[in-house]
Amino acid sequence: MSFLQSLTRFRTEPAGTSATGAATAIDADAASPLSVRGLSVAYHHKPVLWSIDYTAPPRGLVAVIGPNGAGKSTFIKACLGLVPALSGEVRVFGRPVAAMRGEIGYMPQRGSVDWDFPVSALDVVAMGRYGRIGMLRPVRRADRERALACLEMVGLADFAGRQIGQLSGGQQQRVFLARALAQEARLYFMDEPFAGVDAATERAILDVLHTLDRQGRTVICVHHDLQTVTDRFHHALVLNVEKIADGPVARTVTEETLARAYATARQDGDPRLLSFPARRAGAAE
Amino acid sequence: MLADLLAALSFQAGYNTRIVLIGAVLLGTAAGLVGTFTLLRGRALVSDALGHATLPGVVLAFIAGSALGLSSRNLPLLLAGAAASGALAVWLVHLLSHHTRLTEDTAIAAVLGSSFGLGVVLLSVAQRLPTGGQAGLGTFILGQTAGMTEGEVWTMAGLAALAILASVALFKEFRLICFDPDFARGIGWPVQRLDLLLLALVVVVTVAGLQTVGLVLVVAFLVIPPVAARFWSDRLDRILLLAGLFGGVSGAVGAALSAALPGLPTGAVIVLVAGTLFLLSLLFAPRRGVVATLLRQGSMGFRLAVVKALSDRRRGPAAPVSGTVALWLRARGLTTRDGALTPRGEAAAERADRNLALWERLTRTDPNAIPDTALWGIDDATRVLPQATLARLREGTAR
Repeated sequence: MSFLQSLTRFRTEPAGTSATGAATAIDADAASPLSVRGLSVAYHHKPVLWSIDYTAPPRGLVAVIGPNGAGKSTFIKACLGLVPALSGEVRVFGRPVAAMRGEIGYMPQRGSVDWDFPVSALDVVAMGRYGRIGMLRPVRRADRERALACLEMVGLADFAGRQIGQLSGGQQQRVFLARALAQEARLYFMDEPFAGVDAATERAILDVLHTLDRQGRTVICVHHDLQTVTDRFHHALVLNVEKIADGPVARTVTEETLARAYATARQDGDPRLLSFPARRAGAAE
Repeated sequence: MLADLLAALSFQAGYNTRIVLIGAVLLGTAAGLVGTFTLLRGRALVSDALGHATLPGVVLAFIAGSALGLSSRNLPLLLAGAAASGALAVWLVHLLSHHTRLTEDTAIAAVLGSSFGLGVVLLSVAQRLPTGGQAGLGTFILGQTAGMTEGEVWTMAGLAALAILASVALFKEFRLICFDPDFARGIGWPVQRLDLLLLALVVVVTVAGLQTVGLVLVVAFLVIPPVAARFWSDRLDRILLLAGLFGGVSGAVGAALSAALPGLPTGAVIVLVAGTLFLLSLLFAPRRGVVATLLRQGSMGFRLAVVKALSDRRRGPAAPVSGTVALWLRARGLTTRDGALTPRGEAAAERADRNLALWERLTRTDPNAIPDTALWGIDDATRVLPQATLARLREGTAR
């Protein structure tokens, strides 16, 4: 699809339209947890993602892989509507993202917040309930108990009252994981959950991922470690500005696709690709 | 003077002084609460630009009022002018920092400086108007409660109460957008509108405080109480409570001093009181204060030296230790005069050794489980470590 086409398509199908008009093009994907059509994102007039078409499998663990600056984090953020898309459409279980917020869980990168913030681990996890509680309504006891149960699942029940800055890096990562769990979503986005964690945290994250998978949820993870992709994930989406490949890991994470994804960034020396990580707002990919 | 001050503070001065005091306390509380969120959202400098930028608005509103033949000091009109130009400045900062290559601090400096300059020029124009002299617009710059009328005080108190109610009602919302705005967007909350609301509360506090604290120092009134409060707690609800209290106390003392010494610029006094509270917090707060930190570091070094001395001696004759440590061991009856362990010393050394072994094993097997608050090798591991961690450690020993 050309850039112009995708742009006009976006214009004629604003996010709020009912399923009848918009669904024709993606009828087949109606059941999919996530379907993306013609998604393009640019920072400062340079494309970071170019016309991505992607349909997530009905369940399972999906790794988003690609070289630095390939737009992996941006892909997740654009799906969540956190960065403005130049064009394209994102649907969650067949409906616009704005209507499905309650079904989506999000675990951002650890570096995205100030850990000196005066808030306890339990308070942070309880924030996962805010979407359900709504604005201007108090956090009830049931929500706090739910949050504590989620902290327990990641092995941090003992640390509920700790100020988050007094936790180790891995424990902080697990607090974010528990907050995502507290959202009780059907579709999860996680940005580099395994980045720089200790063994205990790695185990806790893997446990949680398997539990979510058993419950039939879909988890879409930005993942940087090619060594572990095939062990930990069922599906992969290989990105390098454009989509390189997607599907079951065994078929997707092959030498051939990886060579294509990783070589283009290096070989043609395109400054567009190489300079991007530095220009990213805050996010170290 | 002291008698006047005490009279004002204990509500025994005249009616006017009393209501000014109430108004100043409400204003200070509002500044503390709104300031805490502003600071956590990283908007302290923006509120400084906002404060300074109210001056041209006030003066223009005054000139417009004179032209329309309104009374020389129509407060609602002046405050509306202040709010409008303050908001305009915030919008300009936003435009400059988002749509040009300027960074936010550069944009703030440019907007703050030029709008304040414009205000000062306009002020000298206004003072040449026939009605200018009586209006006392100059007091808006550094604050002067002495001339406030009852109506003006109630306006200030009402605005401050509004800001207090709003920041208490929106505690949960403001905390989330301050801590993790992306997550808030992810669950569909209107982060931009909440941000605007927070800035609107800053406008309300600034405008309410024009006569009391003045537009130059209002940012200090927003920033200093929360920063002082941060030293005392790691919990946002307590920080808010303390920031409100510090702000209220500063407002009360400032207003009372101003009543006792009518020539004093109230704003400067208020900020000085807040600054004193900040200094005391910085020095003497438990845990985070400078004194507590120094004491903790000193005592940690000393206690580790004691543990090491005991443990060394248990393994036989050891190198002599420094004077204070040796004296302490002697005084506690743990060593004899020639430096050997007494029976009590033996027991203490064995306990210390066992404890040290637990800490060492934890460091080897699970270094991430060491709580940051615990003193490694000194604190009793069986007391400061979570039960689960201890159980894992003991399992390791049994194996």
